[in-house]
Amino acid sequence: MKHLFSCLKTYKKEAILAPLFKLFEACMELIVPLVVAVIVNKGINGADKSYIYYGCLILVGFGVLGLAFSLTAQYFAARAAVGTSAELRSRLFRKLQSFSYSQIDKTGTSAMITRMTSDVNQVQTGVNMTLRLLLRSPIIVFGATAMAFVKDVQTALVFVAVLPLLVAVIIAVMAAGIPLYKKVQSKLDRVYASTRENLTGVRVIRAFCKEQSEVSEFDVRNRELCKKQQKSGFVSALMNPVTYVLVNVAVIALVFVGALRVDGGAIEQGDVIALYSYLSIILVELIKLANYVFTVTKAVSCQKRLAEVLNDEGEPSVTTEDDKPVGDSAVLFDGVSFTYAGGGAPALSDISFAVKQGETVGVLGGTGSGKSTLVQLIPRFYEASVGDVRVNGVKVGAMPAETLRERVAIVPQRAVLFQGTIRSNLLWGAGNASEEDLLFALKIAQAEDVAEAKGGLDGEIAQEGKNLSGGQRQRLTIARALVRKPEILILDDSSSALDYATDAKLRAALKTVGCTVFIVSQRASSVRHADKIIVLDDGKAVGIGTHEELLSSCSVYQEIFNSQERREEKGGVDDEE
Amino acid sequence: MKNKQPSSGTFKGILRYLKPYMPLLICTILLALCTVAGQLAVPYFVGEAIDLIKGAGDVDYTKLYDLFIVIAVCIGAAAFGQWGMSLCNNHIAYKVLADVRRDAFRKLQKLPLSYLDTRAYGDISGVIVSDAEQFADGLLLGFTQLFTGLSTIGGVLAIMLVMRWEIALVVFVITPLSLFCSRFIAKRTYTMFKKQSEVRAEQTAFIDEMIGNLKVVKAYTHEDENEETFDEINGRMKKCSLRAVFFSSTTNPVTRFVNSVVYAAVALSGALFAIANPLTFTVGNLTTFLSYSNQYTKPFNEISEVITEFQNSLACAARIFALLHEEEEVADGTETLGTAEGRVTLTDVAFSYDKERELIRDLNVEAPAGKRVAIVGPTGCGKTTLINLLMRFYDVDEGSVCVDGKDVRKLSRASLRKNYGMVLQETWLKAATVRENLCMGRPDCTEEEMIAAAKAAHAHSFITRLPKGYDTVIGSEGSLSQGQRQLLCIARIMLCRPPMLILDEATSNIDTRTEHKVQDAFARLMQGRTCFVVAHRLSTIQTADTILVMKAGKIIEQGTHKELLEKGGFYRDLYEAQFAE
Repeated sequence: MKHLFSCLKTYKKEAILAPLFKLFEACMELIVPLVVAVIVNKGINGADKSYIYYGCLILVGFGVLGLAFSLTAQYFAARAAVGTSAELRSRLFRKLQSFSYSQIDKTGTSAMITRMTSDVNQVQTGVNMTLRLLLRSPIIVFGATAMAFVKDVQTALVFVAVLPLLVAVIIAVMAAGIPLYKKVQSKLDRVYASTRENLTGVRVIRAFCKEQSEVSEFDVRNRELCKKQQKSGFVSALMNPVTYVLVNVAVIALVFVGALRVDGGAIEQGDVIALYSYLSIILVELIKLANYVFTVTKAVSCQKRLAEVLNDEGEPSVTTEDDKPVGDSAVLFDGVSFTYAGGGAPALSDISFAVKQGETVGVLGGTGSGKSTLVQLIPRFYEASVGDVRVNGVKVGAMPAETLRERVAIVPQRAVLFQGTIRSNLLWGAGNASEEDLLFALKIAQAEDVAEAKGGLDGEIAQEGKNLSGGQRQRLTIARALVRKPEILILDDSSSALDYATDAKLRAALKTVGCTVFIVSQRASSVRHADKIIVLDDGKAVGIGTHEELLSSCSVYQEIFNSQERREEKGGVDDEE
Repeated sequence: MKNKQPSSGTFKGILRYLKPYMPLLICTILLALCTVAGQLAVPYFVGEAIDLIKGAGDVDYTKLYDLFIVIAVCIGAAAFGQWGMSLCNNHIAYKVLADVRRDAFRKLQKLPLSYLDTRAYGDISGVIVSDAEQFADGLLLGFTQLFTGLSTIGGVLAIMLVMRWEIALVVFVITPLSLFCSRFIAKRTYTMFKKQSEVRAEQTAFIDEMIGNLKVVKAYTHEDENEETFDEINGRMKKCSLRAVFFSSTTNPVTRFVNSVVYAAVALSGALFAIANPLTFTVGNLTTFLSYSNQYTKPFNEISEVITEFQNSLACAARIFALLHEEEEVADGTETLGTAEGRVTLTDVAFSYDKERELIRDLNVEAPAGKRVAIVGPTGCGKTTLINLLMRFYDVDEGSVCVDGKDVRKLSRASLRKNYGMVLQETWLKAATVRENLCMGRPDCTEEEMIAAAKAAHAHSFITRLPKGYDTVIGSEGSLSQGQRQLLCIARIMLCRPPMLILDEATSNIDTRTEHKVQDAFARLMQGRTCFVVAHRLSTIQTADTILVMKAGKIIEQGTHKELLEKGGFYRDLYEAQFAE
């Protein structure tokens, strides 16, 4: 709740005023039975019409006042709720953006999006309801009881007897109901998962003639859901009848005690009516309260999930103490090992190499050999578990993340573009880049034709770059990285969708730029001309050297090279299959 | 399918689902009447009781005790009715919901792929999950709410009219004001909500894009710019939300105000009446009236809500029945195929997804049993379509597809598909254990067979490294890499060993070194089986018996790798483009 309250703080005034005005409104409502009592006692039984006229006028007046108070309360409640959720959303967004890659992996994209959207909305509704209702209900219930005491202490004891019972019933039903409701939700998730799976996998399911077994699996889940729903329905069905019985038995008791009191001359008939009204008010309020309890409990559980995110520490800008620069290598790995959070085996173990300014480095290996992991350590997306990664001699942990990432541009595997124009996407690289810079980057990235096809730099890009082909997207993401004019450029398997000719032209053009380049690839042909090739197998560097050196010394390199080159170079007769 | 209006078909459909629960439904209605009667009787008798308490020394205890018993019975009846009604209602609603979902899911298995392919998954699962829920909740629970509401209003009116029609008239005239007010507010707030949901959609899209690609955002240190944009949208959102939330929340205070006016009017007219006719209209009567005026306005306010809910539910029901009435796949053929030799012939096939745009025309393919047919061509040339036709996911428009000389349309789909093994580029796995996934095609296989298949697909070693080995549950997204998922799909097929194979970019996600190893296993698997191979890397198809070169839905070249290279046509161009280096 800490975060919620600190967000609410900005709206302290509203958060206090809303319930306060609710209180005023409740008071108006609570005075009504008193007025009616006067009308009955003095007006009817005392046959004085003026009491009736004034009484009714007061009733309408209270109505108007009540309206004014509650409108004010609603306004402040809405302001507080909407403002709090906006603040919460903004803080969440900032927090998520400060997450490190490991935290992003741990939390998961879809969970992060859910937190930002539906969870925050639930909390907004919850805050609004709480300010409006959850405070109003106790005020009314206890206020009505207090008023009853004012009327007549002995009759009011009936209230004292029934109130704890009512509270107990509501708490019991909720306590039994909420876990059941959670179970219903989880069963519903399973039904949803089944449905979705059958849509995404329809071809495979039909190809394996699995329709029948999918149906029976669904039936089981569907029946389980139905059973749980019935069970939870059974419990919540008790709430209304039980409270109804309790309150109305109290009514009988009240009339009886009231009769004794009136008989003894302690109170009058109109007072009994007033007391009866108070009990009715309590009943109506409790029913309302019960209906909103679920909304609020949902909001509370959403709030808990938000707190988990907000409690996480984001990624610090600097993670290690500054130390003396070592050597003059552009990039240096010294005994680096890395294990993913929650991963068993290390993804990289004991990697050491040095790269000079302006060199081209190839990183080659099979799926899951650790290629991407290796290059992601350079801009410190992940932090080495053991050993040091240095850029220009300085530990990457000792450089502020922004400075480090200004120098290193990475083109990720998945070519992501954002909704907007080609220009707006390229400007991600460097906000102050000139027209020439952009055009130059496009040229190097072999993406001039892409821009041309879309109508120049201001050509529209759809969300995720859906209006471009995979290859076009890849070239634009490379251009985006080049706009940054990085010292170190990392292409993480980012030319896989390019044909061999374009790929070659790209590599040749990159040479002219003069920055240190890392090329991650599965294709031996993409890295064979590199100054240095690092061959990874299961997270270990099994060979570091030039193409010729590796070809003679590294068996994994030979295997990879042969598996590709044999077909590619000879083409024609092939006996491998 | 978003804007289906409820039609008479919808009502018929609803009735059909309700039919088995008719006795319960009648019970519900009777119990509802019992509840309403009890709930209305209590204030009446309480009023009577209060009349017996005139003043000091003037209390009729005997009559009071009698009334207490009557009131207790009424309370009991009302509570019992309410409880029973909820139970019946829950039972009907949840059972009907389960029935609807059961039927909808079965329907899903029978819908043609042309239907499923053209709709977003979310749309269809939305119908089965949320629409069905809304239908059951809103329609059935809403129905009883509406029914009890209306009978309460009717009952109260009737009693008030009998007791004192003049005062009843006062209530009757003023109350609709609250209905009018809430309608008025609802109409006004509609545009505000619309505006709010527009801004919300904009914000969600932005969140989707930026949080969805957070790694890229961080790689380009674009956090500050994002914060600015986000705060700008968030600010607008705050404004719209405030208006929408506030104005919609004025409904309750306003209707409460109208109620208090009704209350005052009843008090005024009632009190005046009581003075004028102390014998016919007592203080107790006034009490009854006052509590009735409260009970009467409540359902009145709820009704407009219930009606909106009701319309909503009808729209949901319409979507459900639209899905249930969707045309199913063409009936199955009656012949069964048994284990096929694998001779596949396509004769003069014409096909298109969209009848406006012709895709395949005059397609003839002859695949003799046990031969390997490779299909190459640029994206969109119809390679995947061909597979859709072979598997009979779609039926041809003209011409025929025959297996062993039998037209596939005369065969049962199951017997045809059992003869094919399919590995697609898109690696779909069930959210279940590795074991369940591998044994999908042959649930009765032995442990040894399964492990042998996994080994052949080079999947065994990574499977054993999973937390629970073969019993690890893998999600539909999950922790496996695309390459590993594809290896599992391959192992799945290795276990089935069907007479015909379809490999659509089956190794596209696997690195070349592993692919090289898997190819051996594939080669063994393909031995003596008819194979259709679609591949992006031409190297993987050079050993095919026939290569079909497709372009724009037509086969433009056909022959072996050697023949096609010598011919120097489109295939040669494609081939050379790969090695332009």
